[in-house]
Amino acid sequence: MLHGISLRNKEKIFQQLINKAALLIVILLVLFFLTLLWQALPAVWHNGWRFLTGAVWDAAAEQYGALPLLYGTLLTSLLALLLTLPFALALALFLGEFFPYGLLSSALRAAVELLAGIPSVVYGFWAVFALVPLIRRLEIALGVVPLGVGVLAAVLVLTIMIIPYAASVAAEVIQLAPQDIREAAYALGATRYEVLRRVVLPAAFSGIFAGVLLAFGRAFGETMAVTMVIGNSNKIPASLFDTGNTMASIIANELAEATSPLYVASLVEIGLLLFLVSAALNLAGKYIIRRFSREI
Amino acid sequence: MLYRQFKNKLFFWTVCLFSFLAVLPLVLILGYLLWQGVSALNWQFFTRLPQPLGEAGGGIANAIIGTGVLLSIAFALAVPWGLLAGIYLAENRRTGLADFARWCVEILQGMPSVVLGVVLYAWLVRPFRSFSALSGGAALGLMMLPVIVRTTEETFKMIPPALKEAALALGVPYYRTILRVLLPAGLSGIINGVLLSLARVVGETAPLLFTAFGSPFLSVNLFQPIESIPHLIFYYAASPYAQWHQLAWCASLVLVLGVLVLNLSAKLLSRRWRVRF
Repeated sequence: MLHGISLRNKEKIFQQLINKAALLIVILLVLFFLTLLWQALPAVWHNGWRFLTGAVWDAAAEQYGALPLLYGTLLTSLLALLLTLPFALALALFLGEFFPYGLLSSALRAAVELLAGIPSVVYGFWAVFALVPLIRRLEIALGVVPLGVGVLAAVLVLTIMIIPYAASVAAEVIQLAPQDIREAAYALGATRYEVLRRVVLPAAFSGIFAGVLLAFGRAFGETMAVTMVIGNSNKIPASLFDTGNTMASIIANELAEATSPLYVASLVEIGLLLFLVSAALNLAGKYIIRRFSREI
Repeated sequence: MLYRQFKNKLFFWTVCLFSFLAVLPLVLILGYLLWQGVSALNWQFFTRLPQPLGEAGGGIANAIIGTGVLLSIAFALAVPWGLLAGIYLAENRRTGLADFARWCVEILQGMPSVVLGVVLYAWLVRPFRSFSALSGGAALGLMMLPVIVRTTEETFKMIPPALKEAALALGVPYYRTILRVLLPAGLSGIINGVLLSLARVVGETAPLLFTAFGSPFLSVNLFQPIESIPHLIFYYAASPYAQWHQLAWCASLVLVLGVLVLNLSAKLLSRRWRVRF
């Protein structure tokens, strides 16, 4: 088919093709943003600031206050992040510092990779049948209403899911920490703990922070596992054992069944918010990592 | 001195303990999946359609074929596009467009999958007033795209410039240099990226909820709703029937094994086909 075309034209076509492929990605992202904005516009007009401050999400009354969802999202992802930190740091030190090579380390590395690869719906399914009954037992022991599902279940699943992301970034930057300052610290008689605590971790801090930011982005937008265990009630959870909802999870739950245009628009408005926040988190994380690797 | 050494030891063992605690859920999840799923795993599971409630047996053939259809659409969309864009980024490192495109790829990579679903819902579902395999496949394709672009770019950057210069010095046209010299040299890296991107999207459920939707029938029609393995797990897990839970456990096991196989083959292929420079 291309035989009739002259070499110069083939060259031009190829250049155009790769050029347009890159351009199309930029256009795609712009279109994403415009689509979300355009579809959310009726809701933005109708809801105004009540979208961010209203505590009632009631489609029948045409009240769309996303505060409980915002709160639920921030609560679950921040708590999960807090829980993730010690485990991710430990894994990163184990893989990046104590055992960078060897059988044990490759086994653990494979396990972390597999943990990152398990689909979120499988996490959710497992949590419903294995984790929720445990939490229910705990709640009975503590004397609170034994729902099982709720914020605590969501936080635990999220923690398990984001550990691999934070750990793999942190392990990489710990390995990148300069060798000479380590050796200098050892030469001064520091123990390994002291070297890690006072030299390596401070040197790797910004990289670890970036990994945490990326993991936070994951937790923030995670949908399926959360929606299966959080109980999906659109109110501000009163305690860890109460049910709640998150922004990603309400979209997954209600968009396919949303009937009125305003209802759909309000859900899209939540999507727009998710899009903007995740974009900001990602760009910030990647920026810090790039600056970090340039410093090293 | 003793105190400092004790602290050192204590720190080491704490790190070990927390590391193993962190991967303990993997053992628990895999064990649970095997325990619950393996008993229903038989030939019928792969070849039959889901039976009406109360009838024994049945399988998830519709979901397996549906996932195949969705992945094919995603592959057809993402691989050519991602390759070309990746080549552009590797060949034009410092242009304004390249910088913009890199930003966009990063945003796309971190975007919550449910948001992709919302956009594709607005683009392909609402205008046609029907859930469709096409919209689901497109959503998965857009999730694959950033992975393929990134790995293509990284692979091309690793190829020594001497290879390209030698080809150009021999008078090989630019496009042939790229397609016949650089592309084969970087093939293992690119295949690696494609397999990893497939592993990333094969278990995605959130964007399919309001695009491909799901269907109890065997269908390969691109303009009709289609079932997929992750959606079937979600749907059956939420049902109150033990028989459906059983199928969902089995499907989960198959899905996790599928992801594992994709990851492993990516590793093996890239090791075997690696061109060393």
